[in-house]
Amino acid sequence: MSDDTKIPDMAAGASAQVSAVLGRIKGKFGNSGIIIHTHSMHGDDTVVVQAEDILEIMEFLRNDDELMFDMMMDLTVVDYLGNQGIWSYLKGLKARFEVVYHLYSIEKNHRVRIKVPISEDNCFINSVTRIWAGANWFEREAWDLYGIIFRGHPDLRRILLYEDFKGHPLRKDFSKTDRQPLIGPKN
Amino acid sequence: MTDSSRDYDFYVESHTEPMVINMGPSHPATHGTVKFLLGLDGETIKDIDVEIGYLHRGFEKECEAQLWNGVFPYTDRLDYTASALNNIGYALAVEKLIGIEVPERCKYIRVIIGELARMSGHYTNLGASALELGALTAFIYFVEARELVWDIIESVCGARLTHNYVRIGGVISDLPDGFRENVTSVFRTNRGLWADFNKLLTKNRIFLDRMRDTGAISSDDAIEWGFTGPCLRACGVGYDVRKANPYLIYDQLDFEIPVGETGDNFDRYLVRMEELNQSMRIVEQCLERIPGGPINVDNPQWRQPSKDDIFTEMESMIFHFKNAIEGVKVPAGEAYQAVEGANGEVGFYLVSNGGGKPVKCRVRPPCFPMTSALPLIIKGSLLADLIPTFDMINLIGGECDR
Amino acid sequence: MGIAEMIETIVKIGFIIGLTIGFFAPMLAWVERKQSAVMQDRIGANRADFFGFTVIGLLHSLADAIKLIFKEDFIPRGAERALHTLAPVIAVIPSLIAFAVIPFGGKYTLWGHEVNLVIADLDVGVLYVFAISSLATYGVVIAGWASNNNWSLLGGLRASAQMFSYEVAMGLTVIGLIMFYQSLSMVDIVAKQDNFFHWGIIWHWPAFVLFLACAVAENKRVPFDAPEAEAELVAGYFTEYSGMKFVMFWTAEFIEMVTIAGLCVALFFGGHHVPFITDAELAGGFSFLGPNVSNLVAMLIGVGVFIFKLVALLILQMTIRWTMPRFRYDQIMKLGWKMILPLSLTWIFIVGVGILTGVMPSP
Repeated sequence: MSDDTKIPDMAAGASAQVSAVLGRIKGKFGNSGIIIHTHSMHGDDTVVVQAEDILEIMEFLRNDDELMFDMMMDLTVVDYLGNQGIWSYLKGLKARFEVVYHLYSIEKNHRVRIKVPISEDNCFINSVTRIWAGANWFEREAWDLYGIIFRGHPDLRRILLYEDFKGHPLRKDFSKTDRQPLIGPKN
Repeated sequence: MTDSSRDYDFYVESHTEPMVINMGPSHPATHGTVKFLLGLDGETIKDIDVEIGYLHRGFEKECEAQLWNGVFPYTDRLDYTASALNNIGYALAVEKLIGIEVPERCKYIRVIIGELARMSGHYTNLGASALELGALTAFIYFVEARELVWDIIESVCGARLTHNYVRIGGVISDLPDGFRENVTSVFRTNRGLWADFNKLLTKNRIFLDRMRDTGAISSDDAIEWGFTGPCLRACGVGYDVRKANPYLIYDQLDFEIPVGETGDNFDRYLVRMEELNQSMRIVEQCLERIPGGPINVDNPQWRQPSKDDIFTEMESMIFHFKNAIEGVKVPAGEAYQAVEGANGEVGFYLVSNGGGKPVKCRVRPPCFPMTSALPLIIKGSLLADLIPTFDMINLIGGECDR
Repeated sequence: MGIAEMIETIVKIGFIIGLTIGFFAPMLAWVERKQSAVMQDRIGANRADFFGFTVIGLLHSLADAIKLIFKEDFIPRGAERALHTLAPVIAVIPSLIAFAVIPFGGKYTLWGHEVNLVIADLDVGVLYVFAISSLATYGVVIAGWASNNNWSLLGGLRASAQMFSYEVAMGLTVIGLIMFYQSLSMVDIVAKQDNFFHWGIIWHWPAFVLFLACAVAENKRVPFDAPEAEAELVAGYFTEYSGMKFVMFWTAEFIEMVTIAGLCVALFFGGHHVPFITDAELAGGFSFLGPNVSNLVAMLIGVGVFIFKLVALLILQMTIRWTMPRFRYDQIMKLGWKMILPLSLTWIFIVGVGILTGVMPSP
């Protein structure tokens, strides 16, 4: 584990020993440099991984007999613009965004959070739609609202907003008061 | 529309000239919140594209501009048929982030209100799906039941639809006098209405024909597509957050999780019907066991103290001022808290930088991944099957589009 | 045709039109509202008032009429204007003229003039009804096609398939009845039901159930309202209709309900006959009033009984409508072709055997 000094409330929720899920993941990827950081804040096991290796680790999480994360509960992005101080590793990576996956295993009844830091200049990440089909719309939403491009996604269109929307509204530098150009009927 | 990327192979396969038709957003079945672009061969759906976002209001963007306590009214409008459940989910997530636990009585109150809200959500869903199959009478029966449930909720928090009842570290008010008698009498009426509804539909041959074997999904597919809640349980997977990761006092309560077999619309319907009974059981148990005591965390830093304290105690007044102006200072960090909503797992993922406003307030909408699986479920079936399937997936615009 | 006959016919036509359009169409709208309200624990429409008198919600039909007359008559762009306008007329006319052969009373001699309470006593009355009611299909199909709307088109297609299919089944359901009464004339059939034990419902109740199902399907009401299923097809074939044209479809539906009820009364429920009392006995009971007045009283009682039975059957139809969910389109077709058709053929066979063996004594 890297230094957790910037996380003030670490002691509140985290248990002293590493949980089984984290232990298994670290045991597999501990030395490969894929894992940037792990913690279990408030009992939520979290693994921060390199964007390049996302498919490898996700496939392992899905298919491993001890983990069996068969359900992708949630996928979202956090824009840490101006808030990079929350996580010490973010500054070193010069990452602005973090793609956050919440996985759940029906069989084993455990959860894990996978976080993938992404820098602003390189808003790319591999799509996990071929591992969990349900990731499709979540990734479209992340593209729509944050402008993260998911490589290999079958149909990366805007989903909540309309096609002609300018910008990605959940980015911190998108002002709430911004106006959109008026668009007329298409036909 | 960028249709060029879409797959229109069905032009070749069809034995007739296909009809491309827009179903929604202004269509009685889509409630103004979703659009289906259908490719029909006769009445068979060969191609479907689901477009959502008509009710997108920028939930997350608004939340990021609000103080922590100011987010509650926005969560009301997620699943507006069961808004207290969203309140509870958000409050639990913030409390997890802070590291506080609410008093015992508050937990019971939250469970009671949450289950009443779940009942209201199920009444709406079941009634509306009956309505859309043409059974208006059954719909009105459940609307009446829902009104009675709303009357109870109104007596507690003054609101019927958007409850805005829960706060960080507590709830806004205690249960009123005579609450238990009120609930008992309403439940008696509602059990009668439930029986009427059941008689009208559950063994009705027409209803069976419409619901059975339509919109089925296998349990493997359901898990892969992220189904939760009644739709997943209808497939035979007994996953319920209340049992799997109990929160509040659900681990102390005696209730069952109804599980279906085939995953078709009829099983979804049966699961929801049974969950209504289970919710009533939970509320009755809670009312029997509910302890006395405070309903709020006794710490003015997190929960606004009573007006008496604010006007008489220096410290309370300071915290009241600070919390009202700057917001509750939630410690920096992140937390994900899942609760069982009416539709499935409602998960709140919050990130705080130690300030008075959330950096990120993400809600996992249960009907969003289920709606994304709609093309998988519905392709190849008839246009008329889209109606019960869509109803049973229960797309709530406020929750799906946020 | 003498002047007297002409006046008599005009009066009878006026009576029927007044009964259907003037009385039953608005009354049914009210009954539908109030009955559904009673069934659903509601109060129902009660707000429209005239100087403070609400008349238990009856004024709503009047208010509706006024509102709908003044509504914009909207023809969508790309619609076939002429056919779009013609379609509601085609829909409403057949349901009105089908009533011509349904006797609403018996034959009475009043002041030396014989009054037959049916507009047209056709020898082939039953066939006439089926022939005319199948014409209503054209109105629906044309409406669906001329609206230039995909939902309307789908509704029109569903309606045409459904109505043609059930036409066949409906015709077959009454074949047994025709064999039993040995007549195609409605007047004859009613006349032969003067004995309560000769009523159609006594001998042919399976045919009645099948006939009613077919008739409701013909009329496209719940549970057979797939052509206008509001959750699927918006409003089906009349999606693009507004104002009075919409009212005409709506009226056609109500009149058709009355026609169906009238047919059922005439074929199965003994027409104007009071159970266990023949017309002659009824008139005889009032003989102290003199022959003419007693006949008049008997005639009025007969018409009253007819209307009473009519209303009872209308309420039955309403109850069905407010109880059932809707069939799926293919299930309707399946029911028609695979259930009702074989069953009615079977019933024809059973009636045939019954008549041959004398178990079913033909009156």
